[in-house]
Amino acid sequence: MLTATGATKRFGNFIAVDRVDFAVSRNEAVGIVGPNGAGKTTLLNLLAGTYPLSAGSVSLDGLDVSRTDAAARCRMGIGRSHQVPRPFVDMTVFENVFVAASSGGSCTRAEGYKASIASLDLCGMLSNANRTAATLGLLDRKRLELARALATNPKVLLLDEIGAGLTDAEASELVTIILQLRATGITIVWIEHILHVLLQVIDRLVCMDSGVVIAQGKPEEALAHPAVIEAYLGSGVA
Amino acid sequence: MIDQIVQGVLLGGYYALVACGLSFMYGVMRIINLAHGSLAILAAFLVWYITEQLAVSPFIALLIVVPIMAALGWILQRTVLDRSLRSGPLTPLLSTFGIAIIIDNGLFERFGADTRSLAPNIGDLSYKSWTLPGGVTVGQLGLLTLGVAVVLIVGLQLFLKYAPLGRAIRATAEDPDTAELMGINSRSVYAAAAAIALGTVAIAGAFLGMRATFDPYSGGAQLIFAFEAVVIGGTGSLWGTLLGAIALGVAQNLGAQVNPKGFLIAGHLLFFCVLAVRVFAAGGFSLNWLKALWRSQPA
Repeated sequence: MLTATGATKRFGNFIAVDRVDFAVSRNEAVGIVGPNGAGKTTLLNLLAGTYPLSAGSVSLDGLDVSRTDAAARCRMGIGRSHQVPRPFVDMTVFENVFVAASSGGSCTRAEGYKASIASLDLCGMLSNANRTAATLGLLDRKRLELARALATNPKVLLLDEIGAGLTDAEASELVTIILQLRATGITIVWIEHILHVLLQVIDRLVCMDSGVVIAQGKPEEALAHPAVIEAYLGSGVA
Repeated sequence: MIDQIVQGVLLGGYYALVACGLSFMYGVMRIINLAHGSLAILAAFLVWYITEQLAVSPFIALLIVVPIMAALGWILQRTVLDRSLRSGPLTPLLSTFGIAIIIDNGLFERFGADTRSLAPNIGDLSYKSWTLPGGVTVGQLGLLTLGVAVVLIVGLQLFLKYAPLGRAIRATAEDPDTAELMGINSRSVYAAAAAIALGTVAIAGAFLGMRATFDPYSGGAQLIFAFEAVVIGGTGSLWGTLLGAIALGVAQNLGAQVNPKGFLIAGHLLFFCVLAVRVFAAGGFSLNWLKALWRSQPA
């Protein structure tokens, strides 16, 4: 449903993402792994529309959205969370989610309330609804980041290292939430360094290095691919 | 003394009216709009022109001028300010300075150097007053100005807190990139915010015309007082702007009590003191540069 064809992003002379073909089908959960600087987050930004493409195209449900800005893509159903949560810190947790529901989810006031409460509940943030976002700890910020992306009523959710900086117990709480999201029919694209967390959710793994996809397929097969081992451990190990 | 304070508060009401648009624009877009005063004068001229041409009350004319100024705000944001914002914090300063010059000289070209006032068009409202026990007089126009300023600022606050667009404006003000990912079109939100800011400028211009005289080059003084009110009250907070404006008005009136020339001096002094305290409190005012200089001296 969400497809990138020949997606390329150059920053000056540096090619962050180099002619990447990427596709995720409805209700699939895809993980993206790769060393730092592999271009994972840039790829996510190209899918979400945060950066314009240097070349190639992105389409959602067969519709070319290459020239569509991030706000419009969000309203079309592409939700996105950041690696470092970026809540609107001067607003309450509820307002954070509500603004996402009413803008991204195109909700009326009543629908927005419902959607906000539902997504806060799903992410276990309902009891914190009236706190100012600035007072939240990291786990709660990550939960809020998820709830906010969820409130925009996405068809596909792009998650960027949502487990980073969390303890194993905390990460598994997030896994529970994400599995619930999957059950509601949301397609998931997830960048993560913590493999055992990622593997609990995904069907397919995409490995990137230096801006290109070096392997993909079933998680165990992709991880056993020589190119992947080389990217992570250096040549001569495998 | 009490009389001076009361008059200062009323004057502060006018400053608050002028300053709230400036504060709003800075709060949302981090633009210090140097054309703010000139835009207020432009609005005053528009109100005056419509009042004269159609022989209506300035308040009726305001009903036409507010949407005109709001539309102008939208257009300015879309055509000039958006582009300037993208090239760093200095460019909006320069471009709004340029807009101020264009407006000032355009008004001079069209209306000449004559001093105008809307006071003759509002009947006895311009000079009527109530006398309170103790001999304190309260001008009706002054009180109306203060009332309008308070209503406007309370209204803007409620709008920001509860209206969907208000929320979108707050979200965009905090983090435009993330707001985009929440489906908020930052450019449209900015344009709407500029339209609102210039709508308030239209009201401020009309009250300026009613309480005093204006000519095409009166914008600078309005800008300075508005700027001082915003800084005294704390940038980006509308409540702060109201308090800052009142503090400025009171300081000016008390200064005038001490010496006829004290009016402006007291206002600037308060501004300067608040600024100095702010810089100290933020820790920006240290003597490290002196130490560095000392160390860099050849032995």
